[in-house]
Amino acid sequence: MIYREAGDFKTNYREDGRTFPIRFDRWAYFATLAVAFLVVPFVINDYWANAVLLPFLIYAIATLGLNILTGYCGQVSLGTGGFMAVGAYACYKLMTGFPDVNIVFHVILAGGITAAVGVLFGLPSLRIKGFYLAVATLAAQFFLVWLFNRVGWFYNYSASGQINAPTRTVFGVEVTGPTTSAWATYLFCLVFVVICAWLARNMTRGSLGRKWMAIRDMDIAAEIIGVNPLGAKLTAFAVSSFFVGISGALFFAVYLGAVEVGEVFGIQKSFLVLFMIIIGGLGSILGSFAGAAFLVLLPVFLKNVLTGTLGWPTDLAAHIEFMIVGALICAFLIFEPHGLAQLWRLTKEKLRTWPFPY
Amino acid sequence: MKTQLTALAVAAAFAAGPAAADLVFPSLDYRTGPYAPNGIPVADGYADYFTLLNERDGGIGGIRARVLPCETGYNTEKGVECYEATKGQNALVYQPLSTGITYQLIPKASADGIPIHSMGYGRTSAADGTTFEWVFNYPANYWDGASIAVKHILDLNGGNIGGKKIALVYHNSAYGKEPIRTLEELSGKYGFELTLLPVDHPGQEQKSQWLQIRRERPDYVLMWGWGVMNQVAIQEAANIRYPMENFIGIWWSGSENDVEPVGGKATGYKALALTAPGRDFPIYEDLERYVYSKGLSAGAGDQHGKVLYNRGLYAAMLAAEAAKKAQEIHGVSDITAAQMRDGMEALEITDRLMASLGLPGFAPPFSVSCENHGGSGRAAVQQWNASSGSWSLVTDYIKSESGVIQPLIEADASAFARENNISKRCN
Repeated sequence: MIYREAGDFKTNYREDGRTFPIRFDRWAYFATLAVAFLVVPFVINDYWANAVLLPFLIYAIATLGLNILTGYCGQVSLGTGGFMAVGAYACYKLMTGFPDVNIVFHVILAGGITAAVGVLFGLPSLRIKGFYLAVATLAAQFFLVWLFNRVGWFYNYSASGQINAPTRTVFGVEVTGPTTSAWATYLFCLVFVVICAWLARNMTRGSLGRKWMAIRDMDIAAEIIGVNPLGAKLTAFAVSSFFVGISGALFFAVYLGAVEVGEVFGIQKSFLVLFMIIIGGLGSILGSFAGAAFLVLLPVFLKNVLTGTLGWPTDLAAHIEFMIVGALICAFLIFEPHGLAQLWRLTKEKLRTWPFPY
Repeated sequence: MKTQLTALAVAAAFAAGPAAADLVFPSLDYRTGPYAPNGIPVADGYADYFTLLNERDGGIGGIRARVLPCETGYNTEKGVECYEATKGQNALVYQPLSTGITYQLIPKASADGIPIHSMGYGRTSAADGTTFEWVFNYPANYWDGASIAVKHILDLNGGNIGGKKIALVYHNSAYGKEPIRTLEELSGKYGFELTLLPVDHPGQEQKSQWLQIRRERPDYVLMWGWGVMNQVAIQEAANIRYPMENFIGIWWSGSENDVEPVGGKATGYKALALTAPGRDFPIYEDLERYVYSKGLSAGAGDQHGKVLYNRGLYAAMLAAEAAKKAQEIHGVSDITAAQMRDGMEALEITDRLMASLGLPGFAPPFSVSCENHGGSGRAAVQQWNASSGSWSLVTDYIKSESGVIQPLIEADASAFARENNISKRCN
């Protein structure tokens, strides 16, 4: 009923190879984009932007990045927080060092710098795998946080070690700094999210993504059929870190505006993003968004329900919130180990044949 | 039908809530996480003082005060969420109780026109009112704290500490790094040797730092710690038998929660104090009568009289007095955030005022002006006695060396003003 696929024919390879081969999916995709670009900016307020949508969008980019590395290429990484910090500090140094260059280029360059750092820390992945690689990336996490805390050059020798985003504009509209309007920051991040998701989707569908998946499924077999593990793993690290770097740059410049590396980009950030891809679904673009949404929106939603509507004390609500989120994570892992994306895949299969399943 | 009715009732409750004109004091507190042992007493004291005003005086200038609690968990992201959620409800002043969140809110709140009072924390150079119009950090800031601690050490050594070794054990964050600049300056001036020992969040692991202290045997150890880090540091100091009377914490490292877990060995530990400890003040009789006995205490009600509870009372008292001042200046009872700011800038705390509030001798007098948002910069040194389980002040309120600190504040504030294109006020 919902999916009416009658008459949805494909007459050439181009149509067959589309990202959304089913017409209904395509429409839903365009409708979502239309709402996100044409409706939300007009109704958004400061609370929705700063407490809900900005963190969701920015975490979605980080999740896409980590999903490429872990979900598609099978390399476990616990260094996400550190790589986000690289993006943030690169963006800060660029913003303060070259104030005349547009912030868009700074964010992209910050992604590039993070990609280079990611490749550097990805080198051990050629020799070690699994848990051992996780530990190696954990070292990256701690090293990077230590570095940004220790070396004054990175925070321009400010007394507190904090970095603060100065005001920058895009087409004359402020997107960073204290006096931004909600719609501007939202749209700025949304553009990055859409481009990143589009890139990620198409890369994972192409030969590069197939190489990554071959490595993930069995690296020796992949090598035998002609996949170069050096190239595949390092491109995965580079692309993943590029996305994570962009998200770190946006996290600092647009969302928080002032950052302290140990507090914001600590190990818990790495785990948070890892939980997002596990809950959302490893190796799925939709899953990246679902996981980010789940872990960003649920705590805010619970907090508002428990303290706002039910009027519970804030500490009780905070503890209950931990318990509910934790219980839900466990429940998801038990009942649907492949994440929210798999849940949607199954639902969609049923919906396509509903109401006459065969 | 039933669900519809519930929905209606909920909607009605929402609509009715903010309509009543209150003086809203958001409390960005934390009762969870590694900093909860220190966050809870402050939040309780803050809430209880306003409850007292409501119950005893019917509010401030006839308008009830409403504390809007929001749990931040000492986390900046949640702090932003709390700020955005509460700022629309006529919030008068923010006291984030976290240097990280304060840094976050300084530009935002300045743009939104809501004052911030970071009492003894936050950005030190905010004491310069010519640059930071909306930010206040009276009565004392971290650089005052560093200077006061060094002054105390000078007093103990007859004014000569040349060649002495002083170690700083600090929380490796914006908060802990704040005093370094002043201490370096003072180290040059007095010729002591400064060792820096950072401790990473949340501070449970300090073995290597204390091993180094054990090896180098500094004459004095200063600490800028918070939350669980304080207890661990004091325990480690006890473990290596470091002489406790040479171990001095900032005012955020000197509460009962920090020393009690260590037991008898913590006796002699010193910390700076913004206010007098204990509950021998007339205000506690009022609190007992109007708040505690009616079961209106915030939280579990087990923090009364603790150092940080008193700090919370003090913070609330300063906010309430600023609100009164604002009502007086503008001749309206239902003040706005901008009027509150004027009240804070004209705040004058005298001994007589303190006595009339039931807090005689609780804290030193100070005044705020357009140029000076930092107050007098005075703090005392308190010492812990484990057998009696109490803190006692061992010095008078010491004034910091403004000759050293003022140029540093001006330099930092000017740098901030240049970065953000702020033109100086007050002339």
